[in-house]
Amino acid sequence: MTRYSAFALLKAGLTGQRGWDRAWRDPEPKPHYDVIVIGGGGHGLATAYYLAKVHSIRNVAVLEKGWIGGGNTGRNTTIVRSNYRLPALHSLFDFALGLWEGMSDELNYNVMFSPRGALFLGHSDADMTALAQRGDALCCDGIAAELLTAGQVHALVPLLDMSPDARFPIHGGLIQRRGGTARHDAVAWGYARAADGLGVDIIQNCEVTGITQSGGRVTGVETSRGNIGAGRVGICVAGNSGPVAGLAGIRLPIEAQTLQAFVTEAVKPMIDTVIMSQSLHCYISQSDKGGIVLGGDPDQFPSYAQRGLPPRIERAAAEAIALVPALSRLRMVRCWAGTTDMSFDGSPIISPLPVDGLYLNGGWCYGGFKATPGSGFVYAHLLATGAAHPLAAPFGLDRFAAGATIDEAGVGFMPQLR
Amino acid sequence: MMRIDCPHCGPRAQAEFGYERTLDSIVTIDMPADEAVARLYARTNPRGLDDELWRHGFGCRQWIVLRRNRVTHEIVGVTAFDPAIHL
Repeated sequence: MTRYSAFALLKAGLTGQRGWDRAWRDPEPKPHYDVIVIGGGGHGLATAYYLAKVHSIRNVAVLEKGWIGGGNTGRNTTIVRSNYRLPALHSLFDFALGLWEGMSDELNYNVMFSPRGALFLGHSDADMTALAQRGDALCCDGIAAELLTAGQVHALVPLLDMSPDARFPIHGGLIQRRGGTARHDAVAWGYARAADGLGVDIIQNCEVTGITQSGGRVTGVETSRGNIGAGRVGICVAGNSGPVAGLAGIRLPIEAQTLQAFVTEAVKPMIDTVIMSQSLHCYISQSDKGGIVLGGDPDQFPSYAQRGLPPRIERAAAEAIALVPALSRLRMVRCWAGTTDMSFDGSPIISPLPVDGLYLNGGWCYGGFKATPGSGFVYAHLLATGAAHPLAAPFGLDRFAAGATIDEAGVGFMPQLR
Repeated sequence: MMRIDCPHCGPRAQAEFGYERTLDSIVTIDMPADEAVARLYARTNPRGLDDELWRHGFGCRQWIVLRRNRVTHEIVGVTAFDPAIHL
């Protein structure tokens, strides 16, 4: 594998940039692996990478039914931050953020991580109280968060509608300056290339159709490319956790819902911060290509359609325009949708399942992208050792029956309430 | 956008309705704890047909039961919720 560098680029330039190796192999599945990871999204590929890198388990396959990074990894709004209120969540996400900060070097792949600041807007006194509480919770655990006045928010994002008669008045904000965006496809490709370099087999167009068991223990998987044996199997298929766990006869506290995202035509740089309103559930950022990327609420009913309904498009546009009126003249050029794995308390499930050797990493709701490296790291720990990484310990499947749910929004246990 | 044929009001836009839960996850007040936990948290979440409890919140406010395909959004049947049948 050629190491990517300025020198390698220069050298390849002498021969017209031809002769680059493929970034990862396209191997036939072997009859048996120590660990099989089902799902070639960012989380699954990161899991395989850390299995090989940290735990030296290299007889690993990642099975992907389509192409890697073609699910939610390639459909999100690319926002990375760790400013969650609850300690279990911000500890896990901040660990992930630390990995994001070194990811391009670690993988020798430019994931274009851009820590441009993640700004939450406050629209009322109640919002500001909630933001101050969140900021205090973060600072108590050593995660920097700054409460901003309306004037400071205006200075940061001059295009916001700060007028007194604004539809959503802005009273201030909370910023995590280490937050930002990353190139989502590059995350999948970077982890795939690095994992492949350590000997992991990445097998695309390989759909898992069955999970084989013997005496209460997992023995492998049936796939569209034949049966493959495995010592341990890790499900990592957010969006489809229910159907895949269902292959082993397991039911999960997860429902699939559709979440849409939108992008406008590309314009010159106009918003250099990630703007979020938790009250509105509106997300605005500008991609490096220039498009304004918008996100909103899920369609709040179960769906695998990977296409959304028009009212959400209208709402996301209306909210974005109310916040940043200058967006009103832009044309929306694309809208798309992913299938989110909505857990019942809004937090992920990283856990052994009731079949020995079978594990689950899912239920990330609409917040999984930012966790990608941390999720892979702690899941690799679980798959390698059979024991939960300390950061993942609160996220067991048994927390629901025990009543130890991790409900960031504090709204109750139904997925459509997130 | 789905159009839901409310058994009380006739066809209306999906935006008037709210999804509540699957029909097999309704918990009654006298249910043993184990069964209640299983009903609340163990979902089949199928890629296909399921029976769902919805509410016509911006209409007649009645509970209705949809049999709906979660991949195609096709609505196969809508009936009024009837405790004698559905509980």
